[in-house]
Amino acid sequence: MTDPAVLQVREASKRFGAVGALDGVSLDVARGEVLALLGDNGAGKSTLVKTISGVHQLDSGSILLDGEDITTAGAMAVRAHGVETVYQDLALFDNLDPAANFFAGRELAGPAWLPRGLRLMRHRRMADRTRELLERLQVSLPDLDATVALMSGGQRQAVAVARAVAFSSKLVILDEPTAALGLRESARVLDLVHRLKDDGVAVILVSHSMDHVMAVADRALVLRRGRAVGETVPTPDNHAQLVAWIVGAAGSRPV
Amino acid sequence: MPGVPVTRQELAPDLGFPVSSEPPRAPAGALKYRGVKLTLMALQAGPAAILLLLVIVLAVLSEVFLTLENIGNVLNQSAVICVLALGQLLVVVTRGIDLSVGSNLSLCAVVGTLVWRDQGSAVAAVLAVLVTGSLVGLVNGLLYVKGRLPHPFIATLAMLTAASGLALYLSGSRTIRGAPPVVNEIGAGRIAAIPGGGDIGWFPTATLAVIGVAAVLVLVLRVLVWGRWIYAVGGNPEAAVRTGIPVPTVLISVYVVCGFLAAVAALLTMGRGDAGSPTAGAFAELDAIAAVIIGGASFLGGRGSVPNALTGALIIAVLRNGLNLLGIDPNWQYMATGVVIVVAVELDVLRGHLERRFRSLQAAGAP
Repeated sequence: MTDPAVLQVREASKRFGAVGALDGVSLDVARGEVLALLGDNGAGKSTLVKTISGVHQLDSGSILLDGEDITTAGAMAVRAHGVETVYQDLALFDNLDPAANFFAGRELAGPAWLPRGLRLMRHRRMADRTRELLERLQVSLPDLDATVALMSGGQRQAVAVARAVAFSSKLVILDEPTAALGLRESARVLDLVHRLKDDGVAVILVSHSMDHVMAVADRALVLRRGRAVGETVPTPDNHAQLVAWIVGAAGSRPV
Repeated sequence: MPGVPVTRQELAPDLGFPVSSEPPRAPAGALKYRGVKLTLMALQAGPAAILLLLVIVLAVLSEVFLTLENIGNVLNQSAVICVLALGQLLVVVTRGIDLSVGSNLSLCAVVGTLVWRDQGSAVAAVLAVLVTGSLVGLVNGLLYVKGRLPHPFIATLAMLTAASGLALYLSGSRTIRGAPPVVNEIGAGRIAAIPGGGDIGWFPTATLAVIGVAAVLVLVLRVLVWGRWIYAVGGNPEAAVRTGIPVPTVLISVYVVCGFLAAVAALLTMGRGDAGSPTAGAFAELDAIAAVIIGGASFLGGRGSVPNALTGALIIAVLRNGLNLLGIDPNWQYMATGVVIVVAVELDVLRGHLERRFRSLQAAGAP
């Protein structure tokens, strides 16, 4: 990687009361790179992801995005900087079609001198942009006018991921994107992650599935009890090592 | 999976007719997929189908039902429910409910007729009605959103009794006679220009008002960002907050518009009776809610349309009118409305089930 990292996290620490959720974690992600976050339940993956996306604030440490300090930025501000997070619950609007989902809260509308809610929506332009985006990501949906409620789990996941990259994001965080999906649909979502990578987007992938991590991730970082305990390229050869780090059997720290 | 792929031709080489090498699941799956999709589309038209069925049955049973005069009566009687239902629709789409629209209507009618009696200005009277209704709605919205009452049921239930009390107090518990001529013209007038009703006409002006209000609402919901936000907030309030939609403002605005439409309904009521009664809108909120539910809006939020809400209101009005014409005990009307509510919601439950089925068929790889 000659590119400088899009995201740099340095010595990130976060406590919830007496519980230390993060304890001096550092990581880098570059453009077009997929970093997998591995770890057992309670290892600190969710906390780390939430501090990056601005939902939680760090107690100490720093987060830089393209060199800009976003350590204290709130969730909306972080999104405005180009960091999108796709949570497990997807946060889709089931009753709306894909285009309406993509543009929810940032509808293309005018004229600009009116208050946001009273502007006239540009339906055609939103539909065109949606089609372009889905084509670029090679996501095929059976019916662009159908509501998201009528789509399968994989299609919904694709809509959520596409929405995340719809607005020129620099970094996309995927939280367990394949957890609720069958084999065929998981494969489609992993394809989509590949395409994000090809588009030059930096991706952080939180997953429990070692197979999926090996399929798409360039590097894997293992968290255990709030610390980064190991980092390597996820290959079948390293499988045992990764598992050992996750369960704490590698002896990096006495348990 | 077996290690060596075997086609069905190889397994059955001597059947004498070509055997498809495609897995047999695919065509059956596609057929099922199409069937579910068609049924879903048919269910979309559920409320309209109920109305059509009702009209056909009543047309067969009663000679009077399909006369222009009776159709005019049904339309005139349904106008108030229609307008109230449109306001209620917006609230229900955002997962709310407004129990106060009936009392709000009564209060508006009393205020309007009082201003007309004391000031003699039609403009002042109409403005007073519209402002009163909107203010009641604003208070509902503020109580719910800013006052953090746990559910709009509470805020609007409080408003139901409060507004009704205020209407009784202001009017001295008496009906106030006399409404501005313009209001009477709209609330009770018939259009002679549409043929079939003789000199007086059969088509009610109030129905024109309903069509006007509905058209504006359809346009606003389709064109304005606000309209999209209403459905987004109803569909997934948390996601709406996350995507930066100003959820509190959207919620408050919905109650204001609902109150404003209750005021419009009050104008129609005043006009029809040339009076303002402090009980003019008693129980009207129940009709409005029933109309919206029969029209397929979901209490879970995010779903419901203007045409379907109007259809729901018409179903209630037609049912009442028809049972009257047939000389059936008026108490049966209420029971019949109850049955229609259950049937309509059961259709909705079926629709939800089919949607899930559709989803799993898609995940299984049907086209």
